[in-house]
Amino acid sequence: MAPGGIALCRMVELGRLLGNLSTINSISLLVATESRHLESSLFLFLILRKHIMAWSQSFKCGNAWLSIGFAAFLGAIGGFAMNASAADKQGAVTLPPQVEKIDLAMQAGWVDAGVKPSPAEDELKWCRRVYLDLIGRIPSYEELGEFAKDKSPSKKLNLVQKLLNDGRYTEEYANHWGTVWTNILIGRNGGMEDRSLTNRAGMQKYLRDSFARNKPYNDMVYELVTATGSTKPGTDGFNGATNFLAMKVNEEDGTQATAAVSRIFLGLQVQCTQCHNHPFNQWKQQKFWEFNAFFRQTRALRKFVSGTRDIDHAELVNQDFAGEGGRADQAEIYFQLRNGLTKVAYPVFIDGTEIGKSGYVEQVNRREELGKLMMQSPFLDKAIVNRMWSHFLGYGFTKPIDDLGPHSPTSFPELFEELSNDFRNSSYDLKQLMVWITMSQPYQLSSRIIKDNESDDPSQGETPKFAHFYTRQMSAEQLFQSLAVATQANRKGSLEEQARRRDEWMKQFVVAFGTDEGDETTTFNGSIPQSLMMFNGELIREAISTEPGSWLGTIAQQKGSVAEKVQVLFLTGLGRRPRSEELSIANQLLVARKNDMNGMLQDLWWAILNSNEFIFNH
Amino acid sequence: MWSRFATPVGMNRRHFMSHMAGAATMMGASLSLGHSLRVHADTLKKNRKSCVLLWMGGGPSSMDIWDLKPGTDNGGPFKTIATSGDVQICEHMPLMAKQMHNMAIVRSMSTREADHNRGRYYMHTGYVPDANVDYPSYGAVIAHELMDQRPELEIPPFVSVGGASEGPGFLGMSWAPFSVSSNGRVRNLEMSLEKGRLMQRQIALKTIEDSFISQKRGGVVEDHRKVLGKTFDLLTSAQMQAFEVEKEPEEMKEKYGKNNFGQGCLLARRLVEAGVPFVEVDLGGWDNHQGIFRTLENDRLPVLDRAMAALTEDLEQRGLLQDTVIVWMGEFGRTPRINADAGRDHWARAWSVVVGGGGIKGGQAVGGTNEDGTEIIGDPYSSEDLMASVCQALGISLETTFTSKNGRPMKIANSGKIIKELFS
Repeated sequence: MAPGGIALCRMVELGRLLGNLSTINSISLLVATESRHLESSLFLFLILRKHIMAWSQSFKCGNAWLSIGFAAFLGAIGGFAMNASAADKQGAVTLPPQVEKIDLAMQAGWVDAGVKPSPAEDELKWCRRVYLDLIGRIPSYEELGEFAKDKSPSKKLNLVQKLLNDGRYTEEYANHWGTVWTNILIGRNGGMEDRSLTNRAGMQKYLRDSFARNKPYNDMVYELVTATGSTKPGTDGFNGATNFLAMKVNEEDGTQATAAVSRIFLGLQVQCTQCHNHPFNQWKQQKFWEFNAFFRQTRALRKFVSGTRDIDHAELVNQDFAGEGGRADQAEIYFQLRNGLTKVAYPVFIDGTEIGKSGYVEQVNRREELGKLMMQSPFLDKAIVNRMWSHFLGYGFTKPIDDLGPHSPTSFPELFEELSNDFRNSSYDLKQLMVWITMSQPYQLSSRIIKDNESDDPSQGETPKFAHFYTRQMSAEQLFQSLAVATQANRKGSLEEQARRRDEWMKQFVVAFGTDEGDETTTFNGSIPQSLMMFNGELIREAISTEPGSWLGTIAQQKGSVAEKVQVLFLTGLGRRPRSEELSIANQLLVARKNDMNGMLQDLWWAILNSNEFIFNH
Repeated sequence: MWSRFATPVGMNRRHFMSHMAGAATMMGASLSLGHSLRVHADTLKKNRKSCVLLWMGGGPSSMDIWDLKPGTDNGGPFKTIATSGDVQICEHMPLMAKQMHNMAIVRSMSTREADHNRGRYYMHTGYVPDANVDYPSYGAVIAHELMDQRPELEIPPFVSVGGASEGPGFLGMSWAPFSVSSNGRVRNLEMSLEKGRLMQRQIALKTIEDSFISQKRGGVVEDHRKVLGKTFDLLTSAQMQAFEVEKEPEEMKEKYGKNNFGQGCLLARRLVEAGVPFVEVDLGGWDNHQGIFRTLENDRLPVLDRAMAALTEDLEQRGLLQDTVIVWMGEFGRTPRINADAGRDHWARAWSVVVGGGGIKGGQAVGGTNEDGTEIIGDPYSSEDLMASVCQALGISLETTFTSKNGRPMKIANSGKIIKELFS
């Protein structure tokens, strides 16, 4: 055993002597609530002790990792480790006050609900979780090793900060969130339709750039709502933000733009009120059309490939709106009540604020006015906080997350309110919000359900208490990127090229519902088509390839015992070491493959990739 | 400790094989190759109820197809024609006109969901969307209830052709629709792996899978194993031939119409023959806010007419119609008033669905609408009532109750009432 290991063991012994302090099971909780009351030395010791326990648990044979880690893979790990340890000499971890706010609200909620939180998740699994949620893929073997070797009390915060702020991850971070937001804004099918006005690559480029620069969220929303210009990269006046509305303004008087803007950015579901007052929704038909009136100056103009009628791209423009009554200075719109009566509407924001009625763009630019009013709305803050909370914790404060109407029951309403205010006060810095959530206690918890929180099961209709991490499936995009990075499968060409290839691959899972609104769903949802793809699909065949130069082939070729090779597979795929029975299976497979290492690793890697433990974020 | 990882634990080949057998049993019937596609036509027909849902995505204008109001302001340009039943339908449905003795039109559907997503959910489940409970759709419920009749079925009991249908809700992902395109091609089905090796991989997979399940990480994790089992079944099942719609004779393909929906309906017949209890075939493009009459006459109705008539006739000729319920519906109807773009918008208050087969009394219209099509006359029928009636025709007890994990009992079809006229 290495000298360090011996030292660690001593510390563990010390910990036992000090008695039962293990009820404290979360670093963040500890740091947030106890640091002021503890002597710094004891505090530091507690934190260390916690880490030692975790360390000794997950590395019962710490040398094994190092032997294969160093021998088989890039020496770069050493370099990273030095950086990390240099940074950690500062001592105690300072976390933003919002973390404590979340933790206290959660703890109070657990007491009220009579549940207890699951223990903290194993650190390597937590590492896998945070990679998936922050940059959209599992960590590579090397990255996992890097995290494991960071012994500082702030190792979790270090990792989050690294993924958010280290230049090496900027591209992947931006790519991941660009993908998430492309799906939110134009769906998985947006831009893939015949004669589409949406340029998917243009949408992705705008979003990637925005996230790479950590553009404040409110600025991004304003740009998306008010954008003008060309949809296609490389054309004159290109503005990728136009792709959000390009397909939503021309048809049906812009009702799709109305529904999408209010739902996505304000959490208000208004589509039902287009035709009638909805019994469960405070929105009335009048309000729908008043909101709709903001979009009536907007058109998406088709630009053709010269000499043909093929659409090359579109240009989103604001044009004077004559109004349906023919008076541009009082440009009104008409809508019909269900009893056939016709009513009139002008642009009025959801809080009742009216703007000028003129349809002349020079006098009143309706979308810009809407953008400004949205910037003042507290619904703007709540909609994004709810969305982000749900991204990391599996469920939002309301269900569905984009329905904040008074008819939707809200869990943890005060916390929700406060976080929304805090987010506005952070100047809409999404990365700060990500730190608050990923460092909070609920995000540290294991996905293992314990007896004391069995009732916390939102899938059965219970209000989420967040007393354990909710296991959920990776998205198809996360799977694609995970395989690209973990095993280098399909990692060729530029980011744009990869995105295009991924979108192409994604098509097999997208099913449209055949409505004018472009509704769609995915069969990458845990059903049989997904399993068949995981069994036999080209992507998986590539991932388990042992061709010269492939990831698996390289492992097969390298020196090292069967156990070491198997361990690399398990750590990479599942963020844990193999159990003895799994190692036995590996050896049996090797016999069945007549000692062909390539064949055995293929079988085993196939099994790992097809397992629940791989495909779930847990 | 460490040595245990490093040293292979000795296990001889036979021992390994016995493990494989165990794994196979637990994964399902995956290793039992070769139930023939048609077990025996006779036993197949006996007590084998099935349902084919023709789903008209977008909300079809039933008042231009099944319940016309010619000569009124709302009526539009289409005329009615006589049929083989005691009803009149649209002139652009000439082939269905010859099949109407088999079908009943329910003209008094009156619902409240006029948004696509909500309407789709409501018509598929019998429940309005609920933030707290995720209800199972027709296909999941019916497959779940009818599976006992066909233990030998190796292919998924709920197939969705050319669309996504709705999910299995609280019944779990193992009852999810198996979505295929209308040509019946199932992606990624060919596994170029010899059977023994597939079995060995299966064991390795099961080992990892089971230990994760034992850690209690939620219901979705257990569902994953069930889906895996069903997938293994598919890989080795000769019943998958049912999907090979391209093997049908050319004249049969022509009869159904050589388009996605036509071939999808032909595929549905093959699946029903193979014993699949629930097939949904999707035909979108009914969201006709503009230029509705042109679209219906030249595009949607010819496609629908040919395929639906072919399916009805074909099932009847094969003696399967008496045990197969055909349901035609979308998420809602369309506004009787014709809008400024010569289209019709969403309208749920008064509209029609069509059902037939499975002992349902054909050739009739149940209920009706007033002169301009805006209101129903007589008793209103809901999604729940329709679902209860379909269950009745399939021999599924309406006393069936599902219990979600939190102990909430939920009656099948949301306690809908049978539409009596369909069975008199």
